[in-house]
Amino acid sequence: MIKVFLPYKTRKLFDLPVEIDAEGNNLRNLIEFLDIKYPGLKQELVDDEKLKPTISAVIDGRTTRLGLIQKLDKVSEIHFLPSIAGG
Amino acid sequence: MVSKVKKSEYKVIGTRPIRHDGYDKVTGRAQYGADIKLPGMIYGAVLRSPHAHAKIKNIDTSKAENMNGVFAVMTAKDLPRLTDKQRGNSEESGSEKHLSENVMALDKVLYKGHVVAAVSANDVNTAREAIKKIIVDYEVLKPVINVDQAMDKDAPILHEDFIGDHLGKKVKNTNIATYNRYKIGNVDDAFKKCDLVVEKEVELQTVHQGYIEPHSGTAIWDEDDRVKVWTSTQGSFTNRDSVSKVLSLDVSRVKVTPMEIGGGFGGKIPVYLEPIAAVLSKKSRRPVQLVMSRTDVFDASGPAPGGKVIVKIGVDKNGKMLAGYADIRLEAGGYPEAFIEAAAKCVFSCYNIPSMDIEAYDVLVNKPSSAPYRAPGSPQVAFATETVVDEICKKLDMDLIDFRLLNVAEKGTRTALGPKYRKIGLKEVLEAAKKSDHWNSKLEKKSGNGKVRGRGIASGYWFNIGEKSAVNLSLNMDGTVILTEGSTDIGGSRASIAMQAAEVLGINAESVRPSVVDTDSIGHTDVTGGSRTTYATGYAAYKAAHMLIDEITSKAAKIWDISEDDIKYKDGIISSRTDSELNMTLREFADQNPFGPVVSSASVDLEEAAGGFGTHIVDLEIDPETGKTDVIRYTVLQDVGKAIHPSYVEGQLQGGATQGIGWALNEEYFMSDDGKMLNSSYLDYRMPIALDLPMIETVLIEVPSEDHPFGVRGVGETPICPPVPAISNAVNDAIGTRILSTPIKASKILNTLKSM
Repeated sequence: MIKVFLPYKTRKLFDLPVEIDAEGNNLRNLIEFLDIKYPGLKQELVDDEKLKPTISAVIDGRTTRLGLIQKLDKVSEIHFLPSIAGG
Repeated sequence: MVSKVKKSEYKVIGTRPIRHDGYDKVTGRAQYGADIKLPGMIYGAVLRSPHAHAKIKNIDTSKAENMNGVFAVMTAKDLPRLTDKQRGNSEESGSEKHLSENVMALDKVLYKGHVVAAVSANDVNTAREAIKKIIVDYEVLKPVINVDQAMDKDAPILHEDFIGDHLGKKVKNTNIATYNRYKIGNVDDAFKKCDLVVEKEVELQTVHQGYIEPHSGTAIWDEDDRVKVWTSTQGSFTNRDSVSKVLSLDVSRVKVTPMEIGGGFGGKIPVYLEPIAAVLSKKSRRPVQLVMSRTDVFDASGPAPGGKVIVKIGVDKNGKMLAGYADIRLEAGGYPEAFIEAAAKCVFSCYNIPSMDIEAYDVLVNKPSSAPYRAPGSPQVAFATETVVDEICKKLDMDLIDFRLLNVAEKGTRTALGPKYRKIGLKEVLEAAKKSDHWNSKLEKKSGNGKVRGRGIASGYWFNIGEKSAVNLSLNMDGTVILTEGSTDIGGSRASIAMQAAEVLGINAESVRPSVVDTDSIGHTDVTGGSRTTYATGYAAYKAAHMLIDEITSKAAKIWDISEDDIKYKDGIISSRTDSELNMTLREFADQNPFGPVVSSASVDLEEAAGGFGTHIVDLEIDPETGKTDVIRYTVLQDVGKAIHPSYVEGQLQGGATQGIGWALNEEYFMSDDGKMLNSSYLDYRMPIALDLPMIETVLIEVPSEDHPFGVRGVGETPICPPVPAISNAVNDAIGTRILSTPIKASKILNTLKSM
């Protein structure tokens, strides 16, 4: 199982704990898994079959650049975070 | 793919060659934004709002249209109406609608200087005369110019149609564009366990990046509906994306040629004049050029957000941090984006705190829409955090560096946003600071001429982004290499990227000739910003150089009719592993090669470079008679990963510190109550000049990034984070009281001293 950490506001909206156990061989499947467990969660993270531009997925400390096709072999934790603009 | 190269093997990296663009720049031959002149080109001018907040009831352009010499007049009605669709997730965020309306106001002006109309004419003077003849009927509204005013329950609302996002709830009639929160651990319980809790609130005024070259935009909309743009930008592809969105064109219909850039610091990522030049060109059927004045730049291009930050930190009796809380309220300006997520990420970044709670507010105010400025959000929060840290040390009577080392963030430390740090170098920076000559030198508290002295120290962090870059290489017949890239060169990146290719190819830096090319001539390359260019574009150059060696090896094998496996390439010499008589230099190979051009092309899309940390030490002297502060010694220590060209790294550290010193002591948008900046010139907006500062000492600490073959981390933004708190802490050391609002200017110090 992979430990998933969702943004604070998403946790509040869905009344979720800090950590959620989930599974999936890629990010798309993991989000589908979460959506079955917590209906409606997918639309917080995904738009038009892509990660929302306002969301980043940080997988074991590294922000994926591949979006939903990111494979999740031997992954221990994923943080979904608001995207950060900077300069 | 990361292959390690032992430090001792470097021949080019770590040396200090003369920059490739140096001669053009010192002789004045370099072509900047406004230097481009096209056949038949005419000139534009824009009409800017004199009000900070007003509804546009009507615009009458008829008199301007009928003026001799005027080609065209435009208003926002000439731009396509865009939706609330959100744009990408890097430097340019926010909705497409707001992007367009910041370029030209549709039905409401949100800051003084907001563009409401534009004219093209034979010459600049005619264009400027014509805009005076445009009559705008405004309904003037009360402005809000700081976070307190904007968040008041009775505040005038900037965007009546905008829906704020407050922890996922959709909220109408609010000036809080976004309210977000980040929580790790049980903060309330953790604070209860603390032996000492210190809380401070700081206030920061809006400041500008202060680049020397004003914004410009030159465009031609040709008969084939293709738009060509020449501009001063930090990112030609980001510029192309923004221009194409504002004009509702496919990106393939827009070509952006980046000119040399006279400074940016984040402020030359947004578009302002380019779409206007394009529309005027379409209407005029001529190339059109617009250039901002200095006052325009201050009034209407994106500054760094001002705002308020509260930080509370709790420690046990030994000084170990147990809990942290932050309330961050930053000014977005007229449209959302005050970099609150970056601020939240940075506020406790230097420390290992088990429980953290951060609330962050992106607040709309009637000021120009904020733009990135060197580590956006981080200097603001560093001011609060490092002030609290200083105060805790004083209350616990702990050494300022030992306390930081006790709580230092390291590899594996969980950050406030959740993920754990990879390999970082703050501990090494602090250990170097403790051993530094500056820290170990005694500072006489009184100078003998009545002035008082103080020393301050502070740390800061920026996360250093990665993202997309592309590089092409081509071998010339004389053995030199042409390198083309899409990263506009602000701080010497041509050199630092060429050096990485040269290191791989085993040739000297001068034998790689770098060129920054337009958007039709290279793969997508993200902005020169986020401290990403030497890291990401350098990585692309590293890959492209290895691919070029593969090409050379393949062709050399054909020349000698031997197996590719038998070819060895080292230090620009091609040889056979088994036949000592078969060897040639790269130049000989290039001259003899009959198998067609030797070229390579590589691209990368990288994640963050694991962040950069710095610690600054400052000594200053205050004249109690006048309140004037002089910085008398300043040292920057920073983990730079690997300094490709140490001179340019040192320059970045000195430049960042200088800008931070200006932010701390002098700079501010001095606003009237009706929302007008009263000091919009370099005479009145006081940035530090060379005479104001001592030589800034730099100490480069190299803790290589695990994510780059040479260990590059990015260095440009971190050095602006510590100066404000370092100086504030030094002022406290000198006069015995804290001034917690920027700028800590002479009048504030004088008033504080009088009240003591």
